Amino acid sequence: MKWEGWSLSVDRTAIEARAVELSKRSIKKASKVEALTHILQMIDLTTLEGADTQGVIKALCHKAMHPHQRGYPSVAAVCVYPNLIADAKAYLNGSTVHVASVATGFPSGQVPMSAKIQDTEAALRAGADEIDMVISRGEFLKGNLEFVSDEIKAIKKICGDVHLKVILETGEIGSLEMIRQASFLAMTAGADFIKTSTGKISSAANFLSVMVMIEAIRDYHLATGKKIGFKPAGGIKRAKQAIQYLVMVNEILGSEWLTPELLRFGASSLMNDVLMQLEKEQSGQYQSAPYYSLAY
Amino acid sequence: MRFEYEAAPEDTTHVNLQDSYGLFINGEFTSAQDGKTFQTLNPATEEVLADVAYAAESDVDRAVKAAQSAYDTVWSKLTGKERGKYIYRIARRLQEKARELAVLESLDGGKPIKEARDVDIPLAANHFFYYAGWADKLSYATFGGPPKSLGVVGQVIPWNFPLLMAAWKIAPALAAGNTVVLKPAETTPLTALHLCKLFQEIDLPKGVVNIICGDGATGANLIKHPGIKKVAFTGSTKVGKQIAQIAHAHQKAVTLELGGKGAHIIFEDAAINQAVEGVVRGIYFNQGHVCCAGSRLFVQERVMDAVIERLSRRIETLRVGNPLDKNTDIGAINSKMQLDKINDYISIGIDEGAKVRRSSCKLPTRGYFCAPTFFTDVSPAHRIAREEIFGPVLSVLSFRTTEEVIQKANNSPYGLSAGIWSEKGSKVLAVSQRLEAGIIWDNTFNQFDPAAPFGGYKESGFGREGGMQGLYPYLSV
Repeated sequence: MKWEGWSLSVDRTAIEARAVELSKRSIKKASKVEALTHILQMIDLTTLEGADTQGVIKALCHKAMHPHQRGYPSVAAVCVYPNLIADAKAYLNGSTVHVASVATGFPSGQVPMSAKIQDTEAALRAGADEIDMVISRGEFLKGNLEFVSDEIKAIKKICGDVHLKVILETGEIGSLEMIRQASFLAMTAGADFIKTSTGKISSAANFLSVMVMIEAIRDYHLATGKKIGFKPAGGIKRAKQAIQYLVMVNEILGSEWLTPELLRFGASSLMNDVLMQLEKEQSGQYQSAPYYSLAY
Repeated sequence: MRFEYEAAPEDTTHVNLQDSYGLFINGEFTSAQDGKTFQTLNPATEEVLADVAYAAESDVDRAVKAAQSAYDTVWSKLTGKERGKYIYRIARRLQEKARELAVLESLDGGKPIKEARDVDIPLAANHFFYYAGWADKLSYATFGGPPKSLGVVGQVIPWNFPLLMAAWKIAPALAAGNTVVLKPAETTPLTALHLCKLFQEIDLPKGVVNIICGDGATGANLIKHPGIKKVAFTGSTKVGKQIAQIAHAHQKAVTLELGGKGAHIIFEDAAINQAVEGVVRGIYFNQGHVCCAGSRLFVQERVMDAVIERLSRRIETLRVGNPLDKNTDIGAINSKMQLDKINDYISIGIDEGAKVRRSSCKLPTRGYFCAPTFFTDVSPAHRIAREEIFGPVLSVLSFRTTEEVIQKANNSPYGLSAGIWSEKGSKVLAVSQRLEAGIIWDNTFNQFDPAAPFGGYKESGFGREGGMQGLYPYLSV
């Protein structure tokens, strides 16, 4: 790979300055509506709770297909635990909304390799259209990069054409250089998407991890010509924050990345804020939260 | 499908832009004695913004006498603590008026509103805050007994950072106990004149700061005036040399902050993506109208392709256009004259055989604009590698070893700034000790702070502005 010829270095101060610069872009009126419409269709509407039931999944799927009574487009996917894939598939029948499933011992990944494989195979059998796997952060932090590479390759092999998103859990990785390294590791091992976080620890997607991962995707593209997708997830509650990430992708990766094929937002409460902002652009006024239906 | 950003123009209705402006002498705005005026333009639209009084020799004389009188009767009698209070009040008022001043700076000079708002005006206020603190501590800045002020100082400033340069000049002069006659650049007088309104609002004693507008002849009359004890100039090396001659002929102290051809060095072990951002900040910040711009880029050969590929993509994303749009990255070139000069250099570079790359962005049909440009295959003998262009035009050169890049970086009559990108701290320190440059940035570029002294080696001038060192030219020790 060409990128191996030079360093994995990231300069924290400089990348932060660039992130701040991009976050100050003024996206108003027609361009705001355009950005929000993109974002809505890029959402992986997510519920990943021990308490999830068929009823919750039904509500989630309905919200995914019918965001609002005024007829906005549906989201990209719902994201659920393997046990609930079949139910989601049934509720979404006939719609364009995909079912994504977490797998490989989500969220910690602290299960034997055989269990990761079984977990993934079960998800695929149940009809998952996309798999969101976690990497073994412990092995990565120990320096066992080969282990991480091999586990991604093994899961990708099982997935075949099913889209594989690889979750780095940047909040546990510790440094920007290592986030960059993990990004390359995942991309070279066969990830179709790289994803920031599980949403299960307090430190999730933020400006710095997003910038580092986007730049890694760009560098990988320059070196290989391959386009890898990006999914920020965890803690994205506000439309404004999602627009800032969209702008970062737009200016660093280019507008060809502004498609659900290459950009997703993993979130649960983001959707209603996006709808609220879209309605506000139409009516000129904000409606209060009870006007937007729950997704559970 | 491209994602376009809708126009996001900054509101200008709150700006109190006058049709005409007088000279600020002895605390009042006054016409020139012969009534002569000149026009200042908006370089983004070529429309006239205002008529400004043109100071002839007699007006210069009035201003110097007002400053002398203020020095003798008020300013030299105040304690440092009292002077500090006035300077502090200037800083506070400047912050309160930041929005208006940012819009004026963008209108008159062509710079993007985001830079005027986030860089020029806050830094100008910080400069006053910083030197307000020194006013009662001057004896800690020098050896021996308490230092003395000089009297009336004459200052001439350029058009690239009009208000910020006024702050750099006025703040240390006042802190040291001098009074001031300052001439802003002919194309950008407005923010300095609005600064005078702030002086009135905070009751700065009359005559302590006087602002006279005009051209080179006005500046020459100012520095020749027998009442001026010290001359401070920021601008081109050509004019700086003339000023040095006049100042020496009239036996005046002088400090000069002149041109540059900053060496920006990327080693193979740099964080390449951030280094490319540093390059953008180094040369495209303020349309490249920056004396310390990183206009000579030296890239270690092993990473040359990676840098060029990224820079080529990056300049396509720079948004060139209406300076008042909050999303504009590159605004208008300051004047027709400057645009012609930049375009001449681009032709020279092409004629010399360097390979030109320019953003394909669409430029506005009115106003003075220049697409971000860089040259590759530049050799050290090319004029575009030696002469200051003062525009958004970068020359990229290669090197193989550390020793080679030190020689190449120092192979310039200038010596104002340099920048080094490497993740190896020991290398950055070793190289920076051998670069002949007054300011060296470590893994960043074009960062400014009032506490950091700024100034040049060789033909980039002498004397330092900012920091404790910035007080020395204004003190007799």
